[in-house]
Amino acid sequence: MATAAVMSGNAANRGFLFRRLHTLSGVIPVGMFLLEHLFTNATATVGPGAYNNAVNAIQHIPFLHVVEFIFIFLPLIYHGVYGLYSAYTSGYNALQYTWARNQLFIWQRITGVITFVFIIYHLWATRFSGQEPNFEFVHNLVSQPANFIFMLVGVIAATFHFSNGLWSFFVHWGITVGARAQRVSAIVLLTLFVLLAAMGVVSLVAFVQGW
Amino acid sequence: MAATEKQLEQAKRTVRLIIERQKDANSEPYEEEFVVPYRAGMNVIAALMEIQRNPVNARGDATAPVTWESNCLEEVCGACTMVINGKPRQSCSALIDQLDQPIRIKPMRTFPVMRDLVVDRSRMFAALKKVKAWIPIDGTYDLGPGPRMAEAERQWAYELSKCFTCGACVEACPNVNEKQSFMGPFVISQARLFNTHPTGAMHKADRFEALMDEGGIHECGNAQNCVQVCPKGIPLTTSIAAMNRDINWFSLTRWLNR
Ligand code: SF4
Ligand code: FES
Repeated sequence: MATAAVMSGNAANRGFLFRRLHTLSGVIPVGMFLLEHLFTNATATVGPGAYNNAVNAIQHIPFLHVVEFIFIFLPLIYHGVYGLYSAYTSGYNALQYTWARNQLFIWQRITGVITFVFIIYHLWATRFSGQEPNFEFVHNLVSQPANFIFMLVGVIAATFHFSNGLWSFFVHWGITVGARAQRVSAIVLLTLFVLLAAMGVVSLVAFVQGW
Repeated sequence: MAATEKQLEQAKRTVRLIIERQKDANSEPYEEEFVVPYRAGMNVIAALMEIQRNPVNARGDATAPVTWESNCLEEVCGACTMVINGKPRQSCSALIDQLDQPIRIKPMRTFPVMRDLVVDRSRMFAALKKVKAWIPIDGTYDLGPGPRMAEAERQWAYELSKCFTCGACVEACPNVNEKQSFMGPFVISQARLFNTHPTGAMHKADRFEALMDEGGIHECGNAQNCVQVCPKGIPLTTSIAAMNRDINWFSLTRWLNR
C-alpha cells in the first residue's frame, strides 16, 4: 500500500509510504528474523552440539548471501536509518506528560538507538569477524565481561524495541483499534518482552558457562 | 455574625499566579507573579480579570494587564485554552479551588504566541479545511434529503462532534513540533466523523488523501497524550487507529485497482 503512494506519482504521499514501510519492515522481516535468531541462540541451553547443528542448518540455506541481503540487511538498514531520523524528528515531553504510553514512546526511541549501535557492534564482532560461527567462538566472545554486558544490554533493548514496536504496529495497521484492545495488546506484548528478554539472557549465560 | 466572619476570612485569602508573559509575537517570554484576592468558586479567568482590574504584580509594581482570550465561559468555544500547572486546559473551567498554588500559567507554545496567553490557532482551521471537515450539501438545485444515518453510528459519532478545536491535543502531542508538520490528532478524528456521516462519506477519498499527505496520519507516533488531555473525552486514539485501518486499505486497494 505504501507503494501505492509512490505509484500514484504523488510526491506528497512519500512520507506516508516511508513511515508505513518503516513499521512494516520492523516486523516483517526484521522482527521475524529477531525471533529466529533468539531461538537459534537458545539452542545453546541444550548444549554446544545443538547450537552447532542449528548454525550448520542455517549455513546450508540455499543462496544464503542473497537471502541474507534481501531479507535481513536491506530491511534492517532501512528500518534502522529511517528509525534514527524518526527518533530525531520526534518531540520528547514525558517530563511534562508522565503517562505510561508517553514514557513507552520515549523508551521505544531510546532502545531503538541502543539496538542500532548494538547491531553494528554485534555484526562486526560476529558475522563480519571472519571467524567460524560456532559455540566455542561465541563462548570466548561473551566470556569477556565487557562483551557480556554489551550483549546483555543489546538483547534487552532489542527485545523491548520489538515487543513495544509490535504494539505500535498493531495500531498503525488498524488492527487494535479500541482502547480496550490496545490495553490488552500492551499487556500481552510487555509479557512477550519479558519472556523474550529472559530467553536471550538465559542463552547468553549458557554460552558463558560453556559445556 | 458567622457570615461577616467568613467574608473577612475570605477577604484575607489570596491566589498566587505565576504567568509566562510575552509583549508581542516577536519578543522574549518572561515570568511575572501576581497575588489576587480570593473569591469562592472563582476560576482562572476570574483571577485574570482581577489582574486586569488592578494591574500590579506581586512586587507591587504597576504592569500591563495580562492578555487572554475567552468567549463562552462554559467550555464550549475553546478560545481560553492555556497550559495551567503543566497541562493544557480551558481556563474558564479551571477552578482555583482545585489547583495547586502558585498556579503556573503559560500560553500553548505549539502555536504562535501573539501576546501573553493569546495564541494563533489558525493552523487548526487550515487542517480542518485540508481534510474537508464538513458535509457538502450545497448545489445549484435542491438535492433532496440525504441518506439516513444509523442510530448506532450516530451515537458514537456524536462524541467525536464535541471537538471544539481547543488545541489541547495539539499542544500535548510530542510529534507536533518544529521538525515535522503533523497537523495534530483532532483533525484525524474530525475526518473520521465526516466520513461516518452518510452524506459526508461521499467525500471519503478526499479526506483519506489529505491524511496521506504531508502532516497526515503517518506522523502520529502513538504517544497517546491527546486522549488524556482532551477535555471532551474524545476517543482520539481510537479514531486514529480506525483511520489507519481505513487509509491503509484505501491506499492498497487503490493501487491494486489501477
Ligand atoms: S480533540 Fe479534544 S483536545 Fe483536541 S482540539 Fe478537539 S476538543 Fe480539543
Ligand atoms: S471561554 Fe470558551 S471554552 Fe473557555
